[in-house]
Amino acid sequence: MSVAGINVLVEETRALQAAQTKAPLLDVRGVSAYYGSIQALKGVDLHVKEGEIVALIGANGAGKSTLMMTIFGQPQARTGSITYAGRDITRMATHEIARLNIAQSPEGRRIFSRMSVRENLQMGAAVHGGRHFAEDLERMCVLFPRLKERLDQRGGTMSGGEQQMLAIARALMSRPKLLMLDEPSLGLAPLIVKQIFSAVRELNEREGLTVFIVEQNAYHALKLAHRGYVMVTGAVTMSGTGRELLDDPQVKAAYLEGGQH
Amino acid sequence: MASGSTTPIAVTARADASALPGLIKDAGLFALVTLGLCVPIVSYRTDLGQGIGLVITSRWGTVFALCAAIFVLRFLQQLYLTGRTRRRAAHAPVAEGASRLAAILSPITLGIALTLPLLAALGAGSLGEGRYWIDLGILILTYVMLGWGLNIVVGLAGLLDLGYVAFYAVGAYSYALLSTVFGLSFWVCLPLAGLFAAAFGVLLGFPVLRLRGDYLAIVTLAFGEIIRLVLINWTDFSGGSAGISSIPRVSFFGLPFTAGENGFAATFGLAFNPMHRLVFLYYLILVLALVTNLVTLRMRRLPLGRAWEALREDEIACRSLGIDTTITKLTAFALGAMFAGFAGSFFAVRQAFVSPESFNFLESAIILAIVVLGGMGSQIGVAIAAIVMVGGPELLRNLGFLKAVFGEGFDPSEYRLLLFGLAMVAMMVFRPRGLISERTPSVTIAERAR
Ligand SMILES: Nc1ncnc2c1ncn2[C@@H]1O[C@H](COP(=O)(O)OP(=O)(O)O)[C@@H](O)[C@H]1O
Ligand SMILES: [Mg+2]
Repeated sequence: MSVAGINVLVEETRALQAAQTKAPLLDVRGVSAYYGSIQALKGVDLHVKEGEIVALIGANGAGKSTLMMTIFGQPQARTGSITYAGRDITRMATHEIARLNIAQSPEGRRIFSRMSVRENLQMGAAVHGGRHFAEDLERMCVLFPRLKERLDQRGGTMSGGEQQMLAIARALMSRPKLLMLDEPSLGLAPLIVKQIFSAVRELNEREGLTVFIVEQNAYHALKLAHRGYVMVTGAVTMSGTGRELLDDPQVKAAYLEGGQH
Repeated sequence: MASGSTTPIAVTARADASALPGLIKDAGLFALVTLGLCVPIVSYRTDLGQGIGLVITSRWGTVFALCAAIFVLRFLQQLYLTGRTRRRAAHAPVAEGASRLAAILSPITLGIALTLPLLAALGAGSLGEGRYWIDLGILILTYVMLGWGLNIVVGLAGLLDLGYVAFYAVGAYSYALLSTVFGLSFWVCLPLAGLFAAAFGVLLGFPVLRLRGDYLAIVTLAFGEIIRLVLINWTDFSGGSAGISSIPRVSFFGLPFTAGENGFAATFGLAFNPMHRLVFLYYLILVLALVTNLVTLRMRRLPLGRAWEALREDEIACRSLGIDTTITKLTAFALGAMFAGFAGSFFAVRQAFVSPESFNFLESAIILAIVVLGGMGSQIGVAIAAIVMVGGPELLRNLGFLKAVFGEGFDPSEYRLLLFGLAMVAMMVFRPRGLISERTPSVTIAERAR
């Protein structure tokens, strides 16, 4: 083979690699989902690239949580496709999706309230059979020092902020590549919200964790995120960088009115 | 932590001592009110005499018993309520008084269980005369084992099963049929009975995978009834309501408990005593029950056992954490059913007779009551609840003074269900989360070194 031929091959390979890295980690295309006969998602398109923080904002009842759960397979999408790391996960069972390095802190946190903090974290490490448990527990204690003091406290007896930290830590115990958070700021004091968001930013910057965050607290979420989407009654109506959306007059009027500046 | 937890106890003790006169006064007041109410209502009774007039019988004994009962109950209630408010004030972490109580009770209960035949023989004079106590011990241990088995399904995995007795029946009929039809020995049938019951557990598990709470309870209830009705009506297979009799007795790993020269007594150079078999049965059920307990305790530390507990709390969260809830539920059903199967084959070998009557809904209800009263998930709690629920009515039968109070015709065992009801109501008032309600975490700091 000639030198020129090899060069062409090398270039082609590079191009292919570039294309692969550009391919989004999570790709949602034309997804619609129903609760019985009620349509909650109407052809949603969005994607999350590796290393990004992407925020999804929208009013109460817009379908944000539904989208997150649909990505996780409950309810399953009726039309459209969901791809994660090149694999079609549209029809996969929830527990199988959870074993693909996707983790979520669901709406309402859903921690195991009768179990201790440590046991909650152990449940998070279940996908690996707890192989890296001791090491990861240490990491979580550094990330959320509050949890460290409460490892043997029952989950249900902790404050809302601590429970949210636990829900995020539990999700992180599976060593995910993509972390999905559903309204982590809900009902929490501004100071706690700040702590949690800065922990998320730290994870993203230091460890390259990809984050998909669903929020009603648009200001904080868009400031944190690289890119954002706006959802209205089951469909994405707007998208752009975090900055663009923050400056957009429509977004300002609808979601940042009286916002925390 | 250690110093922090001793101080509140000392304070509690002192506070209790100072509150005592007040409590007695309060309880005395209640007793006095009872007396006042009793005088017109209870103290005299009018019966038709031989002639035309009425005969007045006085019933001061009953009045006194009622007053005393009210006094004691009120006293205990106050004691409990003051303790509860204080416990609530001191917000202690996970483990507290209840688990400390469990830590004391467990070795005592185990010690008594291990030495019961000896205690019975010493107490009654000879082994033969202690028979009643050993029989009672066997009965209680059977329910302890059933309680622990159901505890896996209800207490740990949170799946309300009202048809648990079906698996007990499967185990009993497995042994009864395999031994009478194929002549298999008990020691071969025991594991088989467990396997059959586990298979039935999976069979029940599949259709109810999507059900929770009330719906699950109804389907499992129906399942229990189906098994019983099949046993009654499929006469060719199960002997119908007449049941199966002359089931072979248990042997000492092949040595029969007979007076012959190949028997257990002759082989070990002992004088033949029919009680040997009973003592052996006692230790057999004790070992079976302890195995159930150990397996449960071990499971709680394994990922699967922890998944059961997580499942009980939040199924959706479990799935999002990568737990296969189908497998998790089916294993809980299967394992719980397996222990019922073991207990069932023990029941058959002890009774040498099985009939569908032994496996009615009331049995399921009693086992479930034991688990609920025990505190849903607490092992020692279940054991104590079984002792109270099964042993209690038996003991009542022997309390002579009850006859003196309520008259000669009074048979306390007829009031068993009433007592269950009262116990349930009392529990809901005083300890709504069961006798031993605190759940001990399956991992603590000390264990992290593993
Ligand atoms: N389990 C459910 N069953 C039926 N309808 C549901 C269910 N969950 C959500 N919905 C409906 O779907 C819509 C979207 O809800 P959701 O995704 O929770 O919105 P958001 O998270 O944006 O507040 C709402 O109209 C809501 O009432
Ligand atoms: Mg929501």
